[in-house]
Amino acid sequence: MRHLLDFGGWTRQEVESLLDTAKVMAEVLQRPVKKVPALQGFTVATVFFEPSTRTRLSFELAARRMSADVVSFTAQTSSLQKGESYKDTLLTLEAMGVDAYVIRADAAGVPHQATRWVKGVVVNGGDGRRAHPTQALLDAYTLLEALGSLEGKKIAIVGDILHSRVARSNAELLPLLGAEVWCAGPPSLLPQALPGARLTPSLEEALAEADAVMVLRLQRERMEAGLVNLQDYIAHYQVTEARLRRAKPQAPLLHPGPMNRDVELEGTLADSERSLVARQVQNGVAVRMAVLYHLLVGKERA
Amino acid sequence: MRFKAELLNAEEMRRALYRIAHEVVEANKGTEGLVLVGIHTRGIPLAGRIARYIREFEGREVPVGILDITLYRDDLSEIGLRPQVRETRIPLDLTGKAVVLVDDVLYTGRTARAALDALMDLGRPKRIYLAVLVDRGHRELPIRADFVGKNVPTARNEVVKVKVQEVDGEDRVELWEREGA
Repeated sequence: MRHLLDFGGWTRQEVESLLDTAKVMAEVLQRPVKKVPALQGFTVATVFFEPSTRTRLSFELAARRMSADVVSFTAQTSSLQKGESYKDTLLTLEAMGVDAYVIRADAAGVPHQATRWVKGVVVNGGDGRRAHPTQALLDAYTLLEALGSLEGKKIAIVGDILHSRVARSNAELLPLLGAEVWCAGPPSLLPQALPGARLTPSLEEALAEADAVMVLRLQRERMEAGLVNLQDYIAHYQVTEARLRRAKPQAPLLHPGPMNRDVELEGTLADSERSLVARQVQNGVAVRMAVLYHLLVGKERA
Repeated sequence: MRFKAELLNAEEMRRALYRIAHEVVEANKGTEGLVLVGIHTRGIPLAGRIARYIREFEGREVPVGILDITLYRDDLSEIGLRPQVRETRIPLDLTGKAVVLVDDVLYTGRTARAALDALMDLGRPKRIYLAVLVDRGHRELPIRADFVGKNVPTARNEVVKVKVQEVDGEDRVELWEREGA
């Protein structure tokens, strides 16, 4: 693995090896000193052309927990505002001696492009609707923790599938671990096709006997006006206690955040014992430590 | 690689570890506050055996932990390949304890140094000892073992292979020579 852009070409063994490393990293995070010198001397840049809180902080913490130096770039407070291009921004960081770039962009393909511009390793921190591989990895890790194995397990992903890079990356990754992925949402929020997943407008069908349920945020900032009526959505697609009875008893609930309480998910469920939302955030740091470690260690420095 | 000699057979290995077990208890004046920590891979079964011998002659259980030092290595760029990170599991808080680090071979001292760093991050032991089955010399750091099963003067182009029942199916220590080196 030279970069982490998506899961194209990945094998089950590679995924499992990465998640095994994440398990070790999770143990590091439980220690009195939550830090190891594994990435001492490396510099990681978080380059966020699109706003984010948890992904950026999670990567920065992951890099710091392994003693890397971290520089942070956010579009809102940068020379992008003066017309600098993505490429020149990255080349500027390259000249400063950055070894790894975590790139978030509202346009699909920016991290792929970046691999042609910089010598360092590139991690996709979420690009457009296309992919969010580290979110999928932390989801897989959290699901494995809760379910033991994903072999033959039915995972229901519910909500705004059309705009969701999280759904796309999970549909790529979870089947590699043996899971069956069902995606449900209103017809206007379902793509034509989604490799790795079965698509259905029926929430009931997706939830039936599901081993775990992942609820997605309605990405209203990415929607054209009128794509969905909020009240209709709540009436037919909100994941509620009553609807969740179709899933397996105690099937855990995941949500990549940020959450619109009482829109896509009943507020009481978000706070219930079934909710793994906080656990996902916690696991995110360990998984990102594993990703940075696998990409940087053993590689010649840029 | 060319086989050169058998350094220890199963019985000699048992005797060496038995002696180390006695020396550990002697140095610590008993088993109070004692913790054994085996370094991946072969240090783990060796630490387990020392604990078993101590239980046999002292009738006291000594806790055993396992330590992976991959995240603390300073020679990763020389390895070239991605090293495998393995589990670390320490059964109790090490603060105030007398910790015996157990490894199969002491060579440059870099593994021991990394293990010391790792242990310090896991707690604040009162004392750390180092026990090794074989000390083959060629130290690159000012580190020495407190308990040694066998001192073996070796050449740089020689390799000491420790085999343990739990990992390799037999107990034996061998000396090999790298050909063309």
